[in-house]
Amino acid sequence: MNLHEYQAKELLRAAGVPIPPGEIATTPEQAEAIAQRYGAAVMVKAQVHAGGRGKAGGVKFCPTPAAAKEKAAAILGMTIKDLTVEKVLVTVAADIGSEAYVGIIVDRATKKPVFMVSAAGGIDIEEVAASTPELILYHPVDTRYGLLSFEAMRMGFFLFKDVKLARQAAKIMQQLYTAFMNAGCSLAEINPLVLTPTGELIAVDGKMVIDDNELDRRPDIAALRDESSEAPSEVDARNSNLTFIKLDGNVGCVVNGAGLAMATMDLVKYYGGDPANFLDIGGSSNPEKVVNALRIITSDPSVKCILFNIFGGITRTDDVANGIVTATKANPLKVPIVIRLTGTNEEIAVKILQDNGFSASNDMDAAVQRAVELATKGGAA
Amino acid sequence: MSIFIDNNTKLIVQGITGRDGSFHAKQMIEYGTKVVAGVTPGKGGQTFEGTVPIFDTVYDAVQATGANTSVIYVPPMFAADAMMEAAAAGVKLIVCITEGVPVLDMTRVYPYVKDHGARLIGPNCPGLITPGQSKVGIIPGRICMPGHVGVVSRSGTLTYEIVNQLTMAGIGQSSCVGIGGDPINGTNFIDCLAAFEADPQTKAIAMMGEIGGTDEQEAAAFIKAHMKKPVVGFIAGQTAPPGRRMGHAGAIISGSEGTAAEKIESFLAAGMGVAQRPVDFVELIKARLT
Repeated sequence: MNLHEYQAKELLRAAGVPIPPGEIATTPEQAEAIAQRYGAAVMVKAQVHAGGRGKAGGVKFCPTPAAAKEKAAAILGMTIKDLTVEKVLVTVAADIGSEAYVGIIVDRATKKPVFMVSAAGGIDIEEVAASTPELILYHPVDTRYGLLSFEAMRMGFFLFKDVKLARQAAKIMQQLYTAFMNAGCSLAEINPLVLTPTGELIAVDGKMVIDDNELDRRPDIAALRDESSEAPSEVDARNSNLTFIKLDGNVGCVVNGAGLAMATMDLVKYYGGDPANFLDIGGSSNPEKVVNALRIITSDPSVKCILFNIFGGITRTDDVANGIVTATKANPLKVPIVIRLTGTNEEIAVKILQDNGFSASNDMDAAVQRAVELATKGGAA
Repeated sequence: MSIFIDNNTKLIVQGITGRDGSFHAKQMIEYGTKVVAGVTPGKGGQTFEGTVPIFDTVYDAVQATGANTSVIYVPPMFAADAMMEAAAAGVKLIVCITEGVPVLDMTRVYPYVKDHGARLIGPNCPGLITPGQSKVGIIPGRICMPGHVGVVSRSGTLTYEIVNQLTMAGIGQSSCVGIGGDPINGTNFIDCLAAFEADPQTKAIAMMGEIGGTDEQEAAAFIKAHMKKPVVGFIAGQTAPPGRRMGHAGAIISGSEGTAAEKIESFLAAGMGVAQRPVDFVELIKARLT
């Protein structure tokens, strides 16, 4: 789960990280009032889950409250990477001396959270990593011990020769690590970490990504989810315990298991079609999941054919068949459906489907080819 | 011969009285796995299905039965503790089926298990099977048959799909291992490949990877440098949109995006067979067994 900048900053601030004051505005008038109250130049920053906000014009410097109102009016309602901006963060503009980057991610290779720090901050760390990797220090942390003082100091000295600044930076690393662990992050970053002309370090932008598996035990973090910033179909799927990702094609796929779901999408492409989605109904067997899956898929007008690909292990294929029958009785399909299922209780499933006017095959390749054909023709069943 | 499990596997089921644990314990017993104990705190002294003794702790179960392997079906928030409990009790092979284990938990579990000299498979995996001998986890027994192909995969149902196609074509398996799709897992492709290379029964290997990370590329490099047995590979997610499964920063650390194209290229560079579709495994493996 991605957090908005303002949410990440609240968590970082709670951990002690120095952050310029800021507040959320949903109207230009609110933005003006906040700037007025601060009595200082402010930044108005779009709060959307998209990178490249600055380049898209979603981040503006405003020397006066009137400017804050004007810029907020321009930013609110604009779209950045298909997402509509509904909130802006109005925050006191910092005097920038130099900019550093400090981030933590969970790394597969070392199986640890790894700090990345660089004095070349403020820009995409991806670019720094690609062009000048020697400017980045990588430091893995053993979570059984936490971030040790000397480790934080080593990173502090990597950024600043001056011991006072190195200590300040090390303290911020500790605070960032605390926030990272407490929120159950898979990524947390401060970029840029600004050194002001008066020698203070402040976090001017913050980002956090939460491991979805943490949310059950962190209701306070789970409550930060902003469903308005997600595709409605993906919200619906998550609430139904389905993993769903909307794509651009026209073959709606319902599959059990992530690997098989990806392989099914690949096979749709292989036979000249285009998948409309990734949808994993998961391992357990539950007709209601199938009903929900069909509702989500059929609500997408670009879907021209529905393809079921079920390999019954724990999933009982008769449960899936019952789900298909229930769902289509309640809401008759307007597009053709191709059903492939094999495995646990296959004979029962095929019988249920046949009794209700459906046919099913057990050959994955044949089913995918047929679905692609039907979707391409675009005709009715 | 086989890898990791065989007729000598003596299994504990952690969470044996839960919904998933009890269902799969029955399936494993039916398959012939030696399930010697179950663990559910508070139910020590009872028996499962009238035959399998239940203990309060893994330590008690190991002391009483001499079990050497444990399989875990506890809810995600308790899985980390269950894995470490098994390692502390001296279990040498720990298989965690549980899906949804927080990755930060795994940053503690992985070194803990390693320090105790145990092997962990998973979490979020279907487990493993040595056809005709032992099954630990949830891989359906009837789709497998004994033979000479080692199977290792990051997926569950995709593995079943491919194993089923092999079996229907008359191609049996030595062992099938599902290592799981989580960012941090106990056993990786290279661990399994090395074990298959050393296993006299295994004559060829089928390996199913996915997009994300660099495990497959590292496996390909290992194959090129250390393996004599033929390996056929497949990557799921060739058409997956970038950025949806893994954070961008993950790609920075590995210096790579973990795309399917990149992984397939590394397979080809290692002289591996590459299956375009799951069904292609049949012909590619057949050609390498003769």
